Amino acid sequence: MPIDILMPALSPTMESGKLSKWLKKEGDSVKSGDVIAEIETDKATMEVEAVDEGVLAKILVGEGTEDVAVNTPIAVIAGEGEDAGSVANSTAATPAAPAQAPAGEAPQVSSKQHEAPVSAVAAPPVVSAQPDPEVPAGTEMVKMTVREALRDAMAEEMRRDEAVFVMGEEVAEYQGAYKVTQGLLQEFGADRVVDTPITEHGFAGLGVGAAFTGLKPIVEFMTFNFAMQAIDQIINSAAKTLYMSGGQLGCPIVFRGPNGAAARVAAQHSQDYAAWYSHIPGLKVVAPYTAADAKGLLKAAIRDPNPVIFLENEILYGHSFEVPKLDDYVLPIGKARIARAGSHVTLVAWSIGMTYALKAAEELAKEGIEAEVIDLRTIRPMDTDTIIESVKKTGRCVTVEEGWQQSGVGAEIAARVMERAFDYLDAPVLRVSGKDVPMPYAANLEKLALPSVADVVAAVKAVAYV
Amino acid sequence: MAVAARKASRSDAAPSAVKSRTARKTQSPAQKKGAAGFTKDQDLFAYREMLLIRRFEEKAGQMYGMGLIGGFCHLYIGQEAVVVGMQMATKEGDQVITGYRDHGHMLACGMDSKGVMAELTGRRGGYSKGKGGSMHMFSKEKHFYGGHGIVGAQVSLGTGIAFANRYRKNGNVCLTYFGDGAANQGQVYESFNMAELWKLPVVFVIENNRYAMGTSVSRASAQTDFSKRGASFNIPGEQVDGMDVRAVMAAGERAIEWARSGKGPYILEMQTYRYRGHSMSDPAKYRSKDEVQRMREEHDPIEQVRRRLIDQWKLSEDELKAVDAKVREIVNEAAEFATNDQEPDVAELYTDILK
Repeated sequence: MPIDILMPALSPTMESGKLSKWLKKEGDSVKSGDVIAEIETDKATMEVEAVDEGVLAKILVGEGTEDVAVNTPIAVIAGEGEDAGSVANSTAATPAAPAQAPAGEAPQVSSKQHEAPVSAVAAPPVVSAQPDPEVPAGTEMVKMTVREALRDAMAEEMRRDEAVFVMGEEVAEYQGAYKVTQGLLQEFGADRVVDTPITEHGFAGLGVGAAFTGLKPIVEFMTFNFAMQAIDQIINSAAKTLYMSGGQLGCPIVFRGPNGAAARVAAQHSQDYAAWYSHIPGLKVVAPYTAADAKGLLKAAIRDPNPVIFLENEILYGHSFEVPKLDDYVLPIGKARIARAGSHVTLVAWSIGMTYALKAAEELAKEGIEAEVIDLRTIRPMDTDTIIESVKKTGRCVTVEEGWQQSGVGAEIAARVMERAFDYLDAPVLRVSGKDVPMPYAANLEKLALPSVADVVAAVKAVAYV
Repeated sequence: MAVAARKASRSDAAPSAVKSRTARKTQSPAQKKGAAGFTKDQDLFAYREMLLIRRFEEKAGQMYGMGLIGGFCHLYIGQEAVVVGMQMATKEGDQVITGYRDHGHMLACGMDSKGVMAELTGRRGGYSKGKGGSMHMFSKEKHFYGGHGIVGAQVSLGTGIAFANRYRKNGNVCLTYFGDGAANQGQVYESFNMAELWKLPVVFVIENNRYAMGTSVSRASAQTDFSKRGASFNIPGEQVDGMDVRAVMAAGERAIEWARSGKGPYILEMQTYRYRGHSMSDPAKYRSKDEVQRMREEHDPIEQVRRRLIDQWKLSEDELKAVDAKVREIVNEAAEFATNDQEPDVAELYTDILK
């Protein structure tokens, strides 16, 4: 059967081009890889190679023809055993007028619709997290720091599953830069508690590769500020590969470490990345406040088959909370917790933002304003339902975060409240946040740059019109 | 000025470097086999495998021209001996990871040409259900870990796969491929350091095809001998004639044995050449037609084996034609399938984001 050579598309956007030169003439034999013609696109002159073998029986579009639409037959090749002459004659009869075919009418093979596969209108799945497990009455509560709770969570999961290991800078022999991994090396050995060189990009990628094979790495960043070196691996490799592989290659990994401002460490060591990671489909982002949540959510993160960004806070490491003494305390990722009930205004916070929110709520209570404080706990997937239910009750909402306002988590919450509870709002949603500056070093300026209890109180009073 | 000129001329002379058939070593294990001769079966196997990649890629180029394949499409034509020779040196369980010029690697790993081609056309029967495209395909079954679009990212990932091999003590080696361009990325050296520090079973295969997109090696690399790129980490390396499948396999066996035996990583610089542009829309004006023509005529990896099959193994034209016909049939079936398979169900838009 004679084979048509079609005008090729030579870039993702090409629709037509000029056939500038034929390098083979009628009667020439061609084989795979032979350059047969040159074509000018809007960008460059490209060579066209033959894919099929045979004899060039007929040239249908002459040299110098402009605006030849993509997929127009430009020549015919007679295959083996075919008579080039008769092929040429039979095709000569068919009207091949490619030059006249306007580019716009070119057959667009790529957009050809096959039997339209309409099963369902594509809609994002509805996310609903399970409620927290009941803590049985009479369960002993143990006071412990967030630091200890995190360590216990890792140790318990490492005992439970051989595939879990922890790696990062100073996690083993030094016992953790912030002592979060204290004792793990002694219990689990150097194969499972791995000190890395200072090489964030490299060990983040290494962790992701290990996770592709089914291991469950806990990758500690000394702080998330340094993870900016590794963010390509976190987003492009960890978050996207499940999708790009059509569900074949999961990435069960936890990236954890302190996030946001510590104290007096200036701009490069003080950034809050909650908004950055929460932007990315394919990631889960957790930012606990209490020790109990830190423990229950880190255990959940380690068991989760997806990449989880676990944002801790250096200042909170030393804070103590009651933690239920249970063998296996695992909390649901994606579920907010109402930390304080109230009816006048909804405060949404997480991580260290909760300290401002709770103190502000106490002060406001003295003035007769009862704030409902929601500890978001997970930034992505966000428990929008809990926020909306609260706002429907209070009619007012203030968000609290240390990160910047523009495209921040508070901005996202405000948008969702506007979309789903607009008619219930008695005032605009206000955002208390870090100021729009790089973090200054000087003590007085740093204090000004961070949100404060007074900022939260003022915002609440503004939305309450008092 | 004089120095610059000298440097340039040295690199321009680079094509001749490939002519050297003997693998040159910097630091390497004791044994030295050189370009070992193949048996008839090995030659025939290599011929079939390489031809399949060549014909597949030519067909992909044609289908791109017809608008059936979109976006970026990086063809492997000219480099076939590298992946085929390396694959001949592996054992079941060894993993492969590479960058975006990945179709050849997938075929050499034994992935189905229909599934690969259907991914190129963005259809539901593709390896990634049409959601990954040319640069993002995977097969856990065939131990192929992608298919990665960010230059150099696969080097850290492959090192991690090797880390997992050591962690599980499973005796497998991860072949981590990257190009001369990726060899200048920082994370490559971060990975080299960890791989040697922890003696990870990984072979770094640098496919030096001389051009990182349009930039020749000499314009981008202070050290153009890529086999030495691991020297400061004490990683042994050697340069290999990547157009000779026998040399590739012999070097691959040395390197894989080194890694499998617990000695750590090994670097193979495969001196190879891509005949086509960087991607489909690259007119390749940065090199002369003569240079390409000379490589095709004097060093073509498939032609070298074909000659041996005729001269040494006395295969008849008909026997070779039968192989060619079989390969064409496979490729045509793949193209047929990839053209007629349906696009993904619209419901797939929201699947596979999270497990």
